[in-house]
Amino acid sequence: MSFPILSLLLAVPVLGAIACLFVDDATARRVALITTLVDLALGVVLWVGYDPAGAQWQFVENAPVFGRFAWALGIDGIAMLLIVLTVFLMPICILASWESITKRVPEYMACFLVMETLLLGVFMAQDIFLFYLFFEAGLIPMYLIIGIWGGARRIYASYKFFLYTLLGSILMLIAMLWMVNEAGTTYVPELMAHDFPVHAQTWLFLAFFASFAVKMPMWPVHTWLPDAHVEAPTAGSVILAGVMLKLAGYGFIRYSLPMFPEASSQFFWLVMGLSMIAVVYTSLVALVQTDMKKLIAYSSVAHMAFVTIGLFTFNRQGLEGAMMVMLGHGLVSGALFLCVGVVYDRLHTREIARYGGLVENMPKYAFFFLLFTMASVGLPGTSNFVGEFLSLLGAYHANSWVAFVATTGVILGATYALYLYARVVYGPLDKPDVAAMLDLSPREVAMLLPIGIIVIWMGVYPESFIAPMRADVGRVIARIERAAPPSDARPTAGHPAPAGHAANNVAAHGEAH
Amino acid sequence: MSASLLLALPELILSIGAILLMLAAAWGGDGSSRGITLAAVALLVVAGAVALIAPGGHGDGFGGLYRADAFSDFAKLLIYAATAVALLIAPNYFERNGEMRAEYPVLILFSAVGMGMMVSALDLLTLYVGLELQSLAAYVLASFTRRDTRAAEAGLKYFVLGALASGILLYGISLLYGFSGTTSYGGVAQAMGGEFSAGLLFGIVFVLAGLAFKISAVPFHMWTPDVYEGAPTPVTAFFASAPKVAAMGLLVRVAVEAMGPAYDAWRQIIIFTALASIVLGAVAAIGQTSMKRLLAYSSINNVGFALIGLAAGTEAGVAATMTYMAVYIVMTLGAFLCILQMRDADGNLREGIADLSGLARTRPMLAGALMMFMFSLAGIPPLFGFWPKFLVFDAATRAGLFPLAVAGAVGSVVGAYYYLKIVKTMYFDEPAPAFAPSESPLEGGLIAVTAALISPFGYLAIPVLGGISLAAAHALF
Repeated sequence: MSFPILSLLLAVPVLGAIACLFVDDATARRVALITTLVDLALGVVLWVGYDPAGAQWQFVENAPVFGRFAWALGIDGIAMLLIVLTVFLMPICILASWESITKRVPEYMACFLVMETLLLGVFMAQDIFLFYLFFEAGLIPMYLIIGIWGGARRIYASYKFFLYTLLGSILMLIAMLWMVNEAGTTYVPELMAHDFPVHAQTWLFLAFFASFAVKMPMWPVHTWLPDAHVEAPTAGSVILAGVMLKLAGYGFIRYSLPMFPEASSQFFWLVMGLSMIAVVYTSLVALVQTDMKKLIAYSSVAHMAFVTIGLFTFNRQGLEGAMMVMLGHGLVSGALFLCVGVVYDRLHTREIARYGGLVENMPKYAFFFLLFTMASVGLPGTSNFVGEFLSLLGAYHANSWVAFVATTGVILGATYALYLYARVVYGPLDKPDVAAMLDLSPREVAMLLPIGIIVIWMGVYPESFIAPMRADVGRVIARIERAAPPSDARPTAGHPAPAGHAANNVAAHGEAH
Repeated sequence: MSASLLLALPELILSIGAILLMLAAAWGGDGSSRGITLAAVALLVVAGAVALIAPGGHGDGFGGLYRADAFSDFAKLLIYAATAVALLIAPNYFERNGEMRAEYPVLILFSAVGMGMMVSALDLLTLYVGLELQSLAAYVLASFTRRDTRAAEAGLKYFVLGALASGILLYGISLLYGFSGTTSYGGVAQAMGGEFSAGLLFGIVFVLAGLAFKISAVPFHMWTPDVYEGAPTPVTAFFASAPKVAAMGLLVRVAVEAMGPAYDAWRQIIIFTALASIVLGAVAAIGQTSMKRLLAYSSINNVGFALIGLAAGTEAGVAATMTYMAVYIVMTLGAFLCILQMRDADGNLREGIADLSGLARTRPMLAGALMMFMFSLAGIPPLFGFWPKFLVFDAATRAGLFPLAVAGAVGSVVGAYYYLKIVKTMYFDEPAPAFAPSESPLEGGLIAVTAALISPFGYLAIPVLGGISLAAAHALF
C-alpha cells in the first residue's frame, strides 16, 4: 500500500485542533496557521501527484476497521479539485480571523481545524456511511462557530442552521440504508455502478434531494443561509460559502446523478424549475438588501442555482460548467465575504448606506473589491465567466427556456453586484469615520492577493482546472446519458464542404493573416 | 442440581456476598460504608468475570426456570458495569450530608441479583421474582435520603405506580398461564403457535404494559421524571442505566422466546410504544428546566429508539437493541457524572439547566464532556451515539418497516433541539457563578473514560461490540 496521504490530510488538522486547545491565544493562532499551511502543502502534493490520465480512483486507502463499513478513501479529479479548494481557503480563513476574533481563540481555531478535516473527509470518503459521518459531523463545529462567535441573532441562526440541515440529511440516511441492503456493498464506486430499480430510484432520489437541496441551498429551503451568513464571523462565512455549499453539488455529481440516472431525468423539471426561480427571485432579493453580507448570501443562492442547472443538463458542457461555477464561486464569494470583513473590522457595521467613497482613502481595497465584484458578475477573463458560460451552454442544449431564464440571472447578477460596489466604493466620501479608515494591511493583502491570482488564472487558462476532471465528467456522462431527458434543441445538419477543401480554406485563411 | 448452581454462579456470588455484607454493615455501622461499597464493587467485578468465563457453560437450569446463554452474559456484563459505577459515585455524594449508610451497597447488590435473574428468566415466575427483587430494592433506594421530602415523594410514587405495574404484569401472566397451561416461555410459545385465542392476546397486552412501565416507555412513563428528579443523583444514575438494560433484556427475551409466534400481534404494540416514546420524550423535554428531569425524558426518548430494533423482530434488530442499550448506558452514566459535578461554591448541588450557563468558560473540560454526551444522546455523528441509532434504523429498513424508520428519524430531529439547548447554555451564554472545583479524581476519571468511549474512537469498537451483540441475539433465535 502506498503512502496514506489522504489520511494524513485528515489527521493533520485534528492534531492541530487538539494542540490549539492547550495553548494561549497567540500560540493557537500560529498553530492553526501552520497546520492549515501544512495541509495546503499536502494538497499541492496531491494535485501534482494526481494523474489525469491514470485510474479513476487514485490515492486509494481501504482499511475495514469498523466492521459494518470501512475507512475507505480515494479521490477522482472532481474530488481532488474540491479538496484543493478547501485546503487553499483554510489558511485564508485563519488569517481573516487573526485580529477580529479576540475571545476564546483556542476553541475557535480548534473548531475551524476540525471543520477542515470533516469537509475534506466528505470529498475523500469512498464508503457511503463514512461519507455520511463526515457530512453530518460538520454540523457540530459550524453550530459552535455561529453560536459563539456570531453576531446579534447568532443563537436563532445556529439553531436554524443545525435543525434544518439535520432534518434534510436524516432522510438520506434511511435511503442509504436501503441502498446498501439492496446492493450489498457500502463501497461508493460499486454503488455508482449498481442499477437500482427505477421505481425505487424515485424515492431514493427524493431522500438524497431533501438533504442536498437544503445544503445547496435551493429555493425554497435556502432561508437558513442568509441568517447563518449574517451572524457567522467573516471566516465562518468564507468557509460556509466557499466549501460547505459545495458539499451538496459534490453530492449531486457523486451520488444522485450516477446512482439514480432515471430518477434524475424524471425530476429534471423539479430541479430546473426550482433553480430558475432561485436565479431570478434571489437575485431580485439581493438587489434590495441593505446588509452587505446578506446581499452576498443571496447572490450565493443564485450562483448555486447555476450549479444545479449545469448538473442536470446531462451533458458535458453543463457538468463541467457546474464544477467550474463551484470552484469559481468558492473563491469569489469567499473573497467577497473577506472584503466585507475588512470594512466590518474597521467600522463594525455591514450597513451598505454607512459606507461610500472608499476609493478615495482605500485604493488597494477598491481594486480588490472591484476584481471580485467583476468576477462575481462573470466578466470574461475571470473564473466565473468560464463556469457560467459553460453552464448556460449546456442548459441551452438541454432546454432553451431554462437557458433563457438562467441568462437573465447573469444580467440581474451584474445589477446587484455593481450596485453594491457603486454604493460602497464610489460616491462622496462624506462620513468622517469612513474617511478615517485605513487601507489594506499586509495581512489583508496576503489574504486577497492569492485568491485574485487564481481567479484570473481560472478565467484565462481554465484548462488547468478542467483537465483533471475531464475523464471523470466523461464517466458520469457515460453513466447517465441513457436517461437524458429529451432536448428541445433541433439541430439541423449543415452542409459541410469536402474535407480537403475545408482544410485548404483554413490554411488560406491563416496565410491571409 | 450442581450444574444448575454452576449456571447461576454470578447470582450466587452476589447473593451470598450481599448477605455477608449486610452482616458486616450491621456490625460495622455506617462508618464501614466505604469499605462495604468497595467490597460490593469487587463482588460485581467477580460476578462479571464469572459471567464472562461461564464455568458452568451455557444451558438451562433449575428444571427450565433459568437459562445462561450469550444473551444473558452480555446483559449481565452491562448491568454489573453500570451498577459498579452507581456504587463508586455514591460515597462522595452522600457523605457530604452525612447520609451515607452501609445499606446502600447492599440494596444495590440485591437489585443486581434481581436484574441478573430478569435477563436469565426462562419462566414467567422467575421473571416475576427477579423483577420484584430488583424493584423492591429500587423503591427503597429512591427515598434513600430520608430527610429529603422530594426523595420520600419519589420513593412513594415509584412504589405505588410500580405496584400497579406489577399487578398488571401479574394479571397478564395469569392470563397467559390460564390459556396456555404453563408458565414456561417455551410452553407459552407453543400455545401461541397453535390456536391463537383472545385470552392469549390479552395476556400479551397486559404483560407488555407491565414491562413498558419498567423500561419507562410511553404510555407508562409518568413516574420517570418525578422519580428521577426526586431520587438522589447517584440513585437516578443507577435507575437510568442498569435496570433499563435488565428490563429491556427481559422484554426482548419474553417477546422473542415466549411470544415469538405471535410476532404480528405484539409488533404493532411495540411500534406504537416506540414512536410514542420517541415523540413524547422529545417534545416534553423541551420545556424542562432541571437537568435530571431532562435526562428522564431523554431516557424515555432513547428507550423508544431501542424498541425500534425489537419491533423489527429479527436477529439483527435484537442485536441493534442490545448495542443500543450498551451505548446508551455509557452516555447516560456520563451525563449523570457531569451532573454530579454541579456543586456551587458552598457545596450545594445544583440541578437547573440555567446553572450550566457559560460552563465552557468556567470549566472547559467538563463542558466539553457534557457537550459530547448531549450530541451523542442526540445521535449526531461522529459521536458514537450515532451508531446504535444507525443500527436500529438499519434493522427497521431491512425488516421493511420504512414508515417506522422515517418517523423515528424525524423524531430524532425534534429530540436534537433540547440537547442543543444544553450545549447552547454551556457555550453561548454568559457564565453563571462557577461550580466548586471537583475534588474527586475518581469521578473525573470516570467522565474521561465514558467520554472516550463515546468519542469517534468508539467506532473502532464496532467489530467487537457488534460481534457480542449478534451472538447475544443469536442465542434467542
